[in-house]
Parts: sequence; structure tokens; C-alpha cells
Amino acid sequence: KRQAISLLASQTSSAPETVVTPSQPEDDFQEELVIRPLHSGDIYASFQFRTVWDTDFMGGKKVSHYRLFPKSLGQVISKFSVRELHISFTQGYWRTMQWGQPFLPSPPGAELWVWFQDTVTDVDGTWKELTNVLSGIFCASLNFIDSTNTVQPSASFKPLGIGNVTDHRFLRYATLPREIVCTENLTPWKKLLPCGSKAGLAVLMKSEKLFHSSFHSQAVHIRPVCQDWQCKSTSWELRQTLNVVFDLHSSGQGKREWSLFKMFSRTLTEACPLASSSKIYIDVTDNPQQFELSPATPLLSQAVVLGDRRTYSVYDLTQQATFGSMRSLNMLLRWKSSDGDMMRPLLHGERYVAGYGLQTGEIHTLMYNHHPYRAFPVLLLDTVPWYLRLYIHTLTVTSKGKDNKPSYIHYQPSKDRVRPHLLEMLVQLPPNSVTEVTVQFERALLKWTEYTPDPNHGFYVGSSVVSALVPSVVAMDTNSTQERPLFSSFFPSKEESSYFVRIYTEPLLVNLPTPDFSMPYNVICLTCTVVAVGYGSLYNLLTRTFQVEEPSPGLAKRLANIIRKMRGVPPL
Amino acid sequence: MKVQGLTIQENNMGLLSDPNRRRALISMLTRLNAPICVVCYMAGVAWFMGLAFEPFTLRTYMSENAMGSTMVEERFPAGERALATGREFAAHKKKVGGMPVDWLVKTMQSQGLEVFTQRFSRTLPFPDENKERYVVEGTNVYGILRAPRAPRTEALVLSAPCSPGNNNNQAVGLLLGLSQYFRNQIYWAKDIIFLVNEHDLIGMQAWLEGYHHTNTTGMDWSPLQGRGGSIQAALSLELSSDVITSLDLVLEGLNGQLPNLDLANLFYAFCQKIGVLCTIQGKLQRDDWDTASGYSHAVQTMMLMVLKQASGRPWGDHGLFLRYHIEAASIKGINSFRQYKTDATTIGRLLEGMFRKLNNLLERLHQSYFFYLMPSLSRFVSIGYYMPAFGLLAVILLLRALDLWVQLSALPSRTEDGIADIEQSGPGVLSVLTPLVISHLTGVALYTLPIRSQEMAVEHFPVFETEAVVLTAIAIYTAGLALPHNTHRLVSGEGTEQGWRVLKLVAVLYLAVLLGCTALINFSLGFILALTLVPLAAFITPHVPKLLSALFMVLLSPGCTLFFSIFFFQELQETPVNLQEGWVLFLSVISQGILDHSLYGSLVYPLVALLVYPCWLLFWNILFWK
Repeated sequence: KRQAISLLASQTSSAPETVVTPSQPEDDFQEELVIRPLHSGDIYASFQFRTVWDTDFMGGKKVSHYRLFPKSLGQVISKFSVRELHISFTQGYWRTMQWGQPFLPSPPGAELWVWFQDTVTDVDGTWKELTNVLSGIFCASLNFIDSTNTVQPSASFKPLGIGNVTDHRFLRYATLPREIVCTENLTPWKKLLPCGSKAGLAVLMKSEKLFHSSFHSQAVHIRPVCQDWQCKSTSWELRQTLNVVFDLHSSGQGKREWSLFKMFSRTLTEACPLASSSKIYIDVTDNPQQFELSPATPLLSQAVVLGDRRTYSVYDLTQQATFGSMRSLNMLLRWKSSDGDMMRPLLHGERYVAGYGLQTGEIHTLMYNHHPYRAFPVLLLDTVPWYLRLYIHTLTVTSKGKDNKPSYIHYQPSKDRVRPHLLEMLVQLPPNSVTEVTVQFERALLKWTEYTPDPNHGFYVGSSVVSALVPSVVAMDTNSTQERPLFSSFFPSKEESSYFVRIYTEPLLVNLPTPDFSMPYNVICLTCTVVAVGYGSLYNLLTRTFQVEEPSPGLAKRLANIIRKMRGVPPL
Repeated sequence: MKVQGLTIQENNMGLLSDPNRRRALISMLTRLNAPICVVCYMAGVAWFMGLAFEPFTLRTYMSENAMGSTMVEERFPAGERALATGREFAAHKKKVGGMPVDWLVKTMQSQGLEVFTQRFSRTLPFPDENKERYVVEGTNVYGILRAPRAPRTEALVLSAPCSPGNNNNQAVGLLLGLSQYFRNQIYWAKDIIFLVNEHDLIGMQAWLEGYHHTNTTGMDWSPLQGRGGSIQAALSLELSSDVITSLDLVLEGLNGQLPNLDLANLFYAFCQKIGVLCTIQGKLQRDDWDTASGYSHAVQTMMLMVLKQASGRPWGDHGLFLRYHIEAASIKGINSFRQYKTDATTIGRLLEGMFRKLNNLLERLHQSYFFYLMPSLSRFVSIGYYMPAFGLLAVILLLRALDLWVQLSALPSRTEDGIADIEQSGPGVLSVLTPLVISHLTGVALYTLPIRSQEMAVEHFPVFETEAVVLTAIAIYTAGLALPHNTHRLVSGEGTEQGWRVLKLVAVLYLAVLLGCTALINFSLGFILALTLVPLAAFITPHVPKLLSALFMVLLSPGCTLFFSIFFFQELQETPVNLQEGWVLFLSVISQGILDHSLYGSLVYPLVALLVYPCWLLFWNILFWK
């Protein structure tokens, strides 16, 4: 198999480069779709749209003329002095063991992390305002981000753009694991594109198909990047990504055959006219053993992505020839056989709650290193809401039955109703092993107004984040960095023999002790009765003076007393 | 206003503040103590029997809005194919001679499920003769249907046991048929776990412990590789024939725990909708509640539930889920001689409907009752209705305690001064403490010795291990009758009038607390124990005729209660047994009880051995007070 790849590589390197990038002085827009057939028969489609603008939002002068870059986001950047902004909305959980690594990982629900400029003085206030503004832009419940779910990770989220500020005082990270993503979030996201959904690849984004899938994730990443290789001036990069996995059984009707039309119920007729490049990549690394592709394309491209050298068939939409005589592109992928093994992802994580009962529990986080002989360190970030009171003394890290001492631990305890627990650890994962991190917790009893409207559903604990430099399967080819496709050039990778991977574990749903909310009525009745009967009689007993009753006075004495009373004299 | 309030309070509580009236009340309670107790007992029993009378019960209704109002359409088409899969499974099972793990894994994988296996092993404390097993090793196979666009936080479970012989093949077939059908649907919001468990409850216990990473019973299992988040509900399917006449719903779980009533309602609603005959305790419901036979039918159904619940054992594979706060029930297909048959497609559609409704749940099932009795599938008795029956029995104990208290405070007043009183109370404490300690030690022996001494017993007597355990238990139980009484004489010399009263006061209050707590957790067990223990607690004194009372006490002891309950249960199930068979059943029930405790953590055996039996011994002690 390795031979086949190298053969292909030699073929493509000799092929002439036909991509022509029109030079744009100010701003530039590129669009791209990667389709990766998965071993399970499912299919993974990943859209990336990149707008680069050579401007400076921070330079003091007000930027008012927008062309390709969306104005709403530009204003946000300048108003809140944002240096880097990453936001993702995901519906579903990325199944690493079935699907391999995604190009851009994201946790279920909404995730937002922002680096602010070091000129910002009140970071928390700016963060609060920013979340509210973004909530409006993306029609999402980002306004639920407050101090109880915001953390400042010390090591896990480094800036991805240029700049050397790494003081994590300017970083804010928050997830909303319960956020539901739907068409109402897709529409504002599509509106940020220069062509909207009128032309180009965005035509394929029909929501009834995108949400008829196993996984749906959309994201916006803004960061400053170098303008050229000399890196004398910066430009702003906006990447919009959308990842979707279509299910073989429910949307493919069980047939191992996919086409653009079957996936998106649309075909392509043109590129976005504003785009400098518009391409479709199809991962054909396993071709022709596994599946066939039609119409065939002469363009092949090599890329090392996620530590693996992959070969892609490229369709350039800016070329009229791509669309053929039908004037529409609807390529078809047909599997020939369903056998063949998937390369096991080297890193994979899992998490669950152990124990039963509503008092205590234990969070288990499992990290698998599937590399046969190399150990590598990972950074684990755990954010746990305050209502699960972590017993940090019970924290254990074990691999292969032995205690595995983390080389770095950053723990910030929670404050009730103010901030969550933050636990960051640098753990060395031995080769071919499972590392288990366990910590016990106690479930807090909330105040009755703090329960959500559906308290018996449970409370969410966001995904833990595992970031790692995973040893690469193939040594990375350093020559081709300039011409690399977009999906492979996001995370900067310093060491050539390893690549950066971030994985998210599943979020947890934890039941807290929940009162019966019809109870207040019963309690009121009960307390009233107890107070009336119990307190009344006790008070009566305590305050009454007891004396032996005298035998009743005679008639004469009583009469005399009545008369004395009328006279106002004390009775006899 | 003030004046009025005062008078009301005086009327209310004047009873206690006014010494004269207090005296009058107390003297009335002591004078009429026996008649009041008798009336309470009768009323308690009558109340309980009245619970099954239809006009006194409530009709079941769906409380959970997420399941009640939503529409579901059942479309499962592939019953015949499911049965064919079941036959294939049976063939593979026969070939392998156990769980066909590889075949199951391959089948589930081909359907697009994530498949995992779990190995487990367990050595029983002594051989289980009912199921003929001692060292149990097995594998559970489960496949997870991942819900599209769901973050793996919630799951539902459908399980079918892989039983020895020809049982439950159809259940596994239907499970696989459903998994195939469910996999192609887009509407799932929760992961669905299809579990085929080997060695019925032991496998289920291993799987649940693995899933929740707990180990309460010392079982060996391999950790699970795949999970689906917190399990919201589970159904266990038992089906041994291609067509059935009715479906039986089993609710009673470990320690008498019951699933939320909405789960039973859901089953009933779908049976009504699809037109399948449904039963509970194997009894159909009848419309003629106003006739004697109709009423007795309801009583029988309810009594069966009470007896099953009191036994504290799981009556189906679902029973172990309840510990983890997962609502679960077993559905058993019954094929009798009735004319009208239901095919597998219909059962599949019923299960599909139930799962789709459970899938719609936004919260865990919590709206309806957790404590109830069911005289029929469409009628229930809630905790508020059945608790007074127990309360009427329990109040007898309190009345007797009050009576004793009054007698105790009246006794010293007959002596000349307070000094004698204090002198008497000194040995009084010791004379109470000694029987308490000794009877509890007997209880501890009853709890620990049977399993520990089995090897010794097997060496010295010609019995098997199981028999050894049971017979040791019975021997210790019987020996306890001879052992502890009159021990107080060792420490305090001659037993005094006051001595036994103090002991009885303690014993009566002890029993009241014990029964009260038991009834809160497991009403049926508490009620049955109260039914037998309360009368003897009420009347036992050293002055009643010894021989007759001793016989009476033995007959009402917890062991004999169990013995009678077995006959009663068999009678209710319409499989009456004679004395010989009853005895054999009795022995096996004891061994099952001990096994349930060590395998699944059932609490009935330790409760009886460590608390109820010692408490009964205290009364035995009082009877032989000298």
C-alpha cells in the first residue's frame, strides 16, 4: 500500500501545476470542499471558505469599507479588540474510531474561545459583551456564557495566528454542550460568505440535507496571519468551515454509492465568481482498490494531512472544462468492495460517569494511544461545572495498571455559583496503552430556582479536550507548504515528525438530586399544620400557669363578685 | 378573635396540658388497649383487602406529556425475517454450545452497529441447583446504534437473554430484526443499545457494573469499550415461540424496586393500540369487578405482586437496572392454548412504538408513581392508599408501647420510695442488653455461618454444598430458639416483672422502627412481616400459656411465614404443591435468597437474618422469662 502511494506521488509531482491564482491586492476569497469516503461506508464532506484581508483593524483608523470580509465580524473584531476568535456549533459527536480524525475538531454543542489584544483592560466585561453580540450574529444561545462556564486554560489553547502574546489572562474559553444547532444557525453563517448561498460551493448547503446526517458542525475562525512569507505585515484571515458526515444506512439507503446529488440534492454549475480559487478534493488514497470515481479528473494532489500522506483528485471549478458538456458537476463515488481496514486513529478519548445514586460519582476519562512504539505527551483540559464538587484528592492517572504522574497540573477550584473547576494536565501516554484519569465528585443540591425547566433531564458537563502532538506516520514534506490545500494548513506544526491533534470527548449528562417540584405546596400545607398545632400547643404549655382549681364558689360569693366587678373593686 | 383562638387551642391540646384529661385519655387507652389493637389489626387487614376492590383504585393514566400526546406510527415489517434470524441464532448457539459470540458480532456489525463484547466470570458462593451452575463464565455482546447528531449523552437499552436450551431464540431474533430496522431510521435522538446477555442475571449484573464501573458484588468482568451516556430506560425481552397469545409485563425488581408507573402505562397503551392481549402476573384483567369472582381475581393479581415484591429478587433481567435509577421492565411472550395468536411482526411493532415514545422523552421518567401496587394492568393503588393499611398495623405496636410505658411508670409507685426504683433500674438495663446482644449474635451467625461452614458440613455430613448451606441456615435458625432465652438470669438473677416489661418495650419499639423502615423501602415485605409479627408482639407476655403460645410464635416466625408464603404463592399461580414439594421449594427458596444476596446484593436475607429474626427472638425471650 505504501508503495502505491509513493508511485502516485511520483506521478503527481511530474504533472504540471495548472492552478492559477489571480492576484488580489487587498482581499482574497477561496473556497474548497473535501470529500472523504469513510471505511464504514459513510461519507465525510468538509467545506472551507477562506477570506484574507490585508488590513489592520487595530491600527487606530476606522475601517469602514468592506468588500469580501463580512462587516458584522469586522466590526466585532475592532470594537472588542479581538485578536483571535474561534467559534463552532456542532450537532453530534465525531466518531473518531469509525471516521478517523476530522480536519477541524469541535465538541458537541457550541464552543467559543477568544484571545483578546493585550490592550484590553476589562477582559471579563469585554467577553460578556462579545458573547452577547455573537449570540445575536449567529442566532445562538451564546448569551448563556457567563462566569460559571468560562475558563482561562493555561496551556491547551494557544493562539493559532501570529503574535507573541501568550498570557492566558487574555484568553477566554467556554462551551455550551447543550446548544442545539439547526437551520437558524446555518442561515446567518451562510450570510457571511461573499456569494451567500447563491453561487459556488455554498449552493450545496441545503439545510434539509445537511441536517439529515450523522454529524454536522459549522465554525468560524478569525486570526491574524502573515501577509507573505517574510511576515512583515499582517492580514486577517476568516475561515468558515462546515463539516458534515452522511450516514450510509439512513441517507444512503444502504448502497455504497455517493454522488453530490445524493448528498446535497444539488449539483454544481459554477464557482463563486468572487473566489480566486474554488476546488473540490476527493480523497482517493485507497483508489482504485476500493472505489471508482466518475467523472475522472486528471488533477491529482498530494497532501500530508494529520500525519498521513493522502492523495486527492482535484476538480477545479474555475475551469469551465470541469463541468463538461452537461454544464453541471455531479461526481459519483462507487465502492467496489467494502473490505479493507481503516488506519486506526493514534489518539482517541472517551469519558463517562461511573457509580450510581445521587450523592457521589466518578468521572472517568480514557485516553488511548494506539501508536505501536512511540509515547507522546497530551494536554488534558477538563472543565467541570461547580455543582459537581470535585474531590481533587481522589484524582488518579493510571496507564497500564501503573500510576502515571502528570508532569504538569494546573487546577483551579470552583467557586459556587461563580466559576467552574478547571483542570489541566500534561500526561505522557505510553505506547499502545489506555490512560485513565479518574476523579470523584459530589453532586450539589441546587437552590430551587437554579434548576433548569427540565431538571430531570440532567445537567451537562462539557467535553474534555485532549490536545497532543501525535507522531506522524509519514515524515512531513516541507517543500509544499505554499501550495498546500486549505484543510491541511490550519494548525501550525513546528516539529515535522509529529502533527497537532485536538480531540474532544463526549459531554456528560449527570443527574443531580432533584426535588419533586410539586412539593412546595405539600411543604406549605405541612408546615402550616405543624406550626399551628405544634407551636400553638407548646406555647400554650409553656406560658400557662397551672394551678389547682378551687372548688366552685357558692352562689352568694359569685353574686357578690358580680356586684364588686360592677363597682370596679377586685373580686373576693 | 384572640379569645376564639385560645379556646380552640385549649380544645385541641388541652388534652395534654390538663392533667385530669390526660389521665383520662391514658387510662382509656390502657383500659381499652386490647380491643383497640384488635380493631386496628382488623381494620388494617380489611383496608389492605379493600385495595383490590375496583371502585377504590385509580385508573392508570399517562403522566409524562412527552410520551402521552406525541403520535407514533409503527411500521416494523420484518417479523418473519426476525424469526429466521432467530432460527439462525439457535443453530449457531447449538453449534458453539453457548453464546455464538462471533456470529452475533458479525451480524450486528453488518447492520451498521458499533459492536462490543464483555467477558465476565463469577464463582458462586455455592452451587446453584436450580440453574445448575457454580463457576460461571460468559460473554455479553452488545451493539450500539448511534443516534444521528446526538452527542452520546443518553441511551435506551433493549436486551434479550441468551438462555440455555431452546429458550429465547425468538427474542434474540426479534432483537436483531429490530436493530436492523431501527438502524435505517433517522429519528433517533438517543443511542440504542442492543444487548444479548449470557447467563441471564449474572451477565446483566456484569454488564451493568461494567457500564457504571462499579463493583458491588465482587464479580470479574472486562471493562466496556463503548458506552452511550446515561441510560434512560430499558426493556428486556423474553420470547420462546414464533407466535404468542399474550404478553406479560414484569415489573418487580431487586429489593422490591419498581419502575416508574409510566413505563407500565406505556406498555398497556400500546397493547391496547395494537390489539395484543396483555397481562400482569400472568393474569388478564376482567371487567366484572362487582362479582365475587372478579374481586377475587383482582385480589389474586395484587397478592401475587405483593409476594413477588416482598421476595426482593429480580423477577426478570430488567430487575437489576432499577438500582441505577434506570426505568426498566421485562416483557414476556406467553403462548397458551388460546385461539387468537399474535405474530412476531406485531410484537416488533409494539416494541418499536414503545422505543419511539421513549426516544421522545425529554426527561427521565419521573412524572408518575414509583410506589404502587397493581390489581390489574389498568388499575393501580398508589402509596397514599396502601400505606394506611400498614399504618393501622404499626399503630398497634405504638399503642402497646404506650401501655407498657404507663405500666412501667405505674409499677414503681407501688413501691414505697424512689430509692428502690433507682436500684431496680440498674440491672434492668443489663437484663435488656443481654438478650439484645445475644439474639443479634445469633442473627450474625445465621447470616455468616451457612456459607462459611459449607465445606465443613460437606465433609461431615452426606450432603451437597447447596443443601449444606440451607440446612445450616435452618439449623442455626432452630438452635436460636433454644439458645438465648433466660440469659438475663446470668447477669441479673431472677427476672423481674419490670425486667420483661422493659425488654418488651424495647422490642416493640424496635419492631415498630424496623417494620416502618422496611415498609418505606419495600411495602410488601414490611406488610407481610407486620401481618405476622405484630400480633405476636402485641400479646406475648411471660404469663400466657407457654406451650400454646410457643407453638403460635413458631408458626408466626419469619421462617414459617416464608414457608406459608410459598404455598400461598403456588396456590395463586394455580400450581398448588403438596407438603413434600413445598418443603423442597422452601429449601430452594432459601438457597436462592442467599444467592440473590451475594450475587446481586438483594437485602432481604440480611434484613431477615440480622434484624427481623433477632427481633423475633426477643419476643421468644419474653415468653420464657422467669
